Amino acid sequence: MSSMKSVYGDTAKDNYSFKIKLKSGILLAWMIILTIICLLPIYILILNATRTHGEIISMTGLGKLLVPSGHLGENIKNLSTKTSEDFSLLIGYKNSLIITVFATFLTVFFSAMTAYGIQVYEFKLKEVSYTAILLVMMVPVQVTSAGFVKFMINLKLTNSFVPLIIPAVAAPAVVYFMRSYMKSSFPLDIVEAARIDGSSELRTFLTIAIPMMKPAIAVQAIFAFIANWNNFYTPNMILIDPNKGGTTNLRTLPMMLSILQASQKTADYGMIYTCIALGIIPIIIAYIALSRFIIAGVALGGVKE
Amino acid sequence: MASAAQRRIKSISYAKYGYIFILPFFIVYLFFQLWPLIYTFILAFKGNQSNGENFVGFENFNHLLFSHPYNIADTRPGVDREIRKAANAAMAIDQQHQDFVRCLKNTIVLWIGNFIPQIALSLSLAVWFTDAKLKIPGKGFFKVVMYMPNIITAASVAVLFLQLCADTNYSAATILGRSLGLLKDGEFFNMTKDIPSQVIWPPRVVVMFIQTWMWFGNTMIMLMSGIMGINPSLFEAASIDGASSGQVFRKITIPLLAPILVYTVVTSMIGGLQMFDMPYLFTTSKDGSHIKNIETIAVYIYGKFHSGSIEPSYGYSGAASVILFFITGCLGMIIFYLNRDKDEIAKKKQRKKLAKQFKAQNKQFGGLSI
Repeated sequence: MSSMKSVYGDTAKDNYSFKIKLKSGILLAWMIILTIICLLPIYILILNATRTHGEIISMTGLGKLLVPSGHLGENIKNLSTKTSEDFSLLIGYKNSLIITVFATFLTVFFSAMTAYGIQVYEFKLKEVSYTAILLVMMVPVQVTSAGFVKFMINLKLTNSFVPLIIPAVAAPAVVYFMRSYMKSSFPLDIVEAARIDGSSELRTFLTIAIPMMKPAIAVQAIFAFIANWNNFYTPNMILIDPNKGGTTNLRTLPMMLSILQASQKTADYGMIYTCIALGIIPIIIAYIALSRFIIAGVALGGVKE
Repeated sequence: MASAAQRRIKSISYAKYGYIFILPFFIVYLFFQLWPLIYTFILAFKGNQSNGENFVGFENFNHLLFSHPYNIADTRPGVDREIRKAANAAMAIDQQHQDFVRCLKNTIVLWIGNFIPQIALSLSLAVWFTDAKLKIPGKGFFKVVMYMPNIITAASVAVLFLQLCADTNYSAATILGRSLGLLKDGEFFNMTKDIPSQVIWPPRVVVMFIQTWMWFGNTMIMLMSGIMGINPSLFEAASIDGASSGQVFRKITIPLLAPILVYTVVTSMIGGLQMFDMPYLFTTSKDGSHIKNIETIAVYIYGKFHSGSIEPSYGYSGAASVILFFITGCLGMIIFYLNRDKDEIAKKKQRKKLAKQFKAQNKQFGGLSI
């Protein structure tokens, strides 16, 4: 009897595990295909960055498309020497970096502060203000932009970084995320303990709350950095005359790219690809290094679009 | 036991610090977001270009939403000057209406075309990734790779795909198409060619593909975290009862995932209405050419207030923004209404009924309650 049972059990088990294995195998193949689709455009981009203009326009076969060439250094050199009134890769990097660093700092600092204010203190407008923040989370940027630009023109703030940096203080989605985080992992007793020890309210926030909120701040800083670095809409809208009559160049990196794009008839394709590659490679490297936090952050609903 | 110090602290009101801490947020919010929003609403009722300072009532909405028929013969030379002038004005106004409707239609088509494949792909992947029975190696790697397109600058992606899908012999899309046998020799992938009637779908499909490519990883991770939030014992019970994976998906995953799915649909819809970088960079790709079939409502709004050398038309821009605002609001409300918790509503009704009965009973017994 025991032998019969084991035989019966084994076939069923074999059959079952075979099915699972087959399904897993098919899915694995499908995921590999998706991975290739995800990576292929980036792969071709990096390969084309190593080609000269002549090589790209004489390319015909698939074999040539997928094999690198050796002119990356030449393309980078051409790009760095090609600085016209409009285009300059280095200035693009500099402008993007200035805006991104300041805006990211303002976003995480003031969002943490607002979330702390709402979470820790009891005041009349506490719930009202939080509801207001939740409501404005849903308003699309495009809806306010006509009024925003006209208002900035009236204030003579266009063609400056101020309207690109200061609005970062009010980031409703980040406040929402930080408050959810504080609700679950910031005991209010600590604030009271600090008060008994004679710490001022601001000092409690700066030296106790901020270090305790580090995980939430780190995730939101990463997302804010990426969002600001990639932002094309707002800078393109605010920097109406990015040369300011020829004295400076205020264009951010995505704006530089759009210039190369617009003048593509005369441009060097090798250089265009190299420029795109140089624009996105820093962010890909940062992504690979921080991917664990980023994926965890997305899972927590940390980003919205 | 509360010490003396603790009691003293309890008696101090810290309310003012609450206001101080949230003050910077609200000042910046009022100045840079709320006022621009109100101002956009005001601009929607003002005129365009040189008429920008005067209030014109609902004229902008009228121009955008309704067609203004005119006789094309009246615009030709040789017709009486006054009639020609009036016909030309009517034609210009009708053009606004047609542009607006075209952009709205493009936005909807592009959104549907990227959302359906995106949700199908991310939902199936999320289910497979969270299925404990399946043994797929390297799940972490796949997740990282599939999310990656989302972090790349949209402007770079637009330029990159425009190069890869250009209508040339040497673009990657042409080479791939020819080697896969989809294109004959001498044909090339036709996306940017400046013949509007011939290029309705290729540019749209490219934009849909890019949007799906960029966003499916993000949606997948959100849905995965939703599925992992479902009580695992439900899946276990289903598998003991012999449910097939299709049944589990339909009877357990989908109903319990509904709130997150709705959230995904709403955020994706709001994102879709804002679609800008890709269509904008595509439409301004070549000098003089304008691919009308991928111009979205965001590009329309932007083009109206940021029209380069021409005086900007803040009125049309504002009116389109207001319409967009209400579309967003309505879509959000419809979906939340369809998805409200029906059990909870039924319970509420029952509670009300019970309370009524109770009151009636009380009255019968001559109770004092009113």
